[in-house]
Amino acid sequence: MDNGQLIPHLFRTEYRKIVSVLCRHFGFAHIETAEDLASDTFLTAAQTWGIKGIPQNPVAWLYNVAKNKARNHVQRDALFDKKIAPDLKTGGEGSQELDIDLSPENINDSQLQMMFAICHPSIPVESQIGLSLRILCGFGIEEIADAFLTNKETINKRLFRAREKLREANIPIALPAPAAIDTRLTTVLKTIYLLFNEGYYSLGPTNTLRKELCYEAMRLCTMLVEHPPTNRPAVNALLSLMCFHASRFDARLNAAGELILYDEQDTNLWNTDLISKGGYFLHCAASGPTLSQYHLEAGIAYWNTRKDDSKEKWESILQLYNQLLQIEYSPIAALNRTYALSKANGREAAIVEAEKLQLTNHHFYYLLLGELYTGIDQAKSLQYFQQALLLARTDAERQAIQKKLRSL
Amino acid sequence: MDEYLLLMRLDLLTKEAQPSPEQMQVYMKQYQDWVGGIAAQNKFGGGTGLSTEGKVLKANNVMTDGPFAEIKESIAGFIIVKADSFEEAATMARACPILQGEGNSVEVRKVVKVDNTR
Repeated sequence: MDNGQLIPHLFRTEYRKIVSVLCRHFGFAHIETAEDLASDTFLTAAQTWGIKGIPQNPVAWLYNVAKNKARNHVQRDALFDKKIAPDLKTGGEGSQELDIDLSPENINDSQLQMMFAICHPSIPVESQIGLSLRILCGFGIEEIADAFLTNKETINKRLFRAREKLREANIPIALPAPAAIDTRLTTVLKTIYLLFNEGYYSLGPTNTLRKELCYEAMRLCTMLVEHPPTNRPAVNALLSLMCFHASRFDARLNAAGELILYDEQDTNLWNTDLISKGGYFLHCAASGPTLSQYHLEAGIAYWNTRKDDSKEKWESILQLYNQLLQIEYSPIAALNRTYALSKANGREAAIVEAEKLQLTNHHFYYLLLGELYTGIDQAKSLQYFQQALLLARTDAERQAIQKKLRSL
Repeated sequence: MDEYLLLMRLDLLTKEAQPSPEQMQVYMKQYQDWVGGIAAQNKFGGGTGLSTEGKVLKANNVMTDGPFAEIKESIAGFIIVKADSFEEAATMARACPILQGEGNSVEVRKVVKVDNTR
């Protein structure tokens, strides 16, 4: 790896570690300072390595420079603030002794604690995701803007407000007490889940970026699983769900980046390694009495990795959707449930149920009805596919529907 | 949209009324498909089945084991649904699979909203 690739690569893996450790050290009050010091470290690396060449151990070099920069900053700050804030906390016995601990254990602890601090219910979900991408995943502002299909200014403003809010709310950077872990995990898991979905379902960003979002979500979830106090059933269920979904990543888009429907995917492209990992974590999730939304979704995702079209498969999927909808309603789950119903109980029964849904602003609703009526009432089927065509949002969707219409 | 309580009553205790495990599985599927259909319309407000154990307390400090009542049917479960009208709630209740059994019933009651915003 030459200089040009090495620094971006290290930025991706090390920036977040340095920020987490510094931020935990300084507290949320100085979150921007932590980010600035970390960015500065990489700037110095780019300048120095360009002239003197890459050091023998680049990571250790970065950590040393980060430590020195932090130490200098605190000393400067202490001098400056002496008159204004004599009781400023500068890390224990005196700023000279300031010790930034960049050991693997402390990096890991700091990142976990930052995860809980950032995914705090006091800030809106999209800010939690944005800040997670910045601080926990080391994404650039531009990348975050691309992921949210917006511009840098919006993201900068959003992150600024989020930091401000966390400062005002005085959120401690610490793991919640054992009794509170499950409740606080709910928000952390939701953020990870949305981060994954952002990568998996949004049609906007480039394929590479989307895959990266998914892998980052899986990495954060893996950190929770590897840490015994947060290794809870719902965490395993979410990781399982993401493994199952990610196993189809390469099969669900064609070379042009267009969506390939489940039925038409090349199953040889499914990643069997991720499928068995999903199975492993689903097994781990089954300990204890909790049945979360993620358990049910992981169960559905598991059945979707089975290639056979058996009665058992669709009956299981139907029952999982029945339960899922009672915990967490969503239009997509309602439509998928009705599709499973048609496979398990027959199309006539599914048509009756589908017509009750009245999801008249979703093109998937008309697509489902068109599908259910195919072979039963061609005129109705045609009419529903045409309605779906009017509501479709992307060219890829329109092409898929036109293909259906031609085959009628 | 208002909330309605659907109270399901059936004979849980009489020996002859006990379903076989296979029958039970069929009943559970029918029940789950029914509730799932309500939930798919985003009209499920909560509720569940109940175990057959219970205690009944009476005014004169008497407590008896087991459900229940002077009639053969006891409460087997309840769900709350969201509906625009009594008719709509009753239509949902009419599809409840326990009504396929002789003597069983579903009672539909509107939940009275308490305005605690003042």
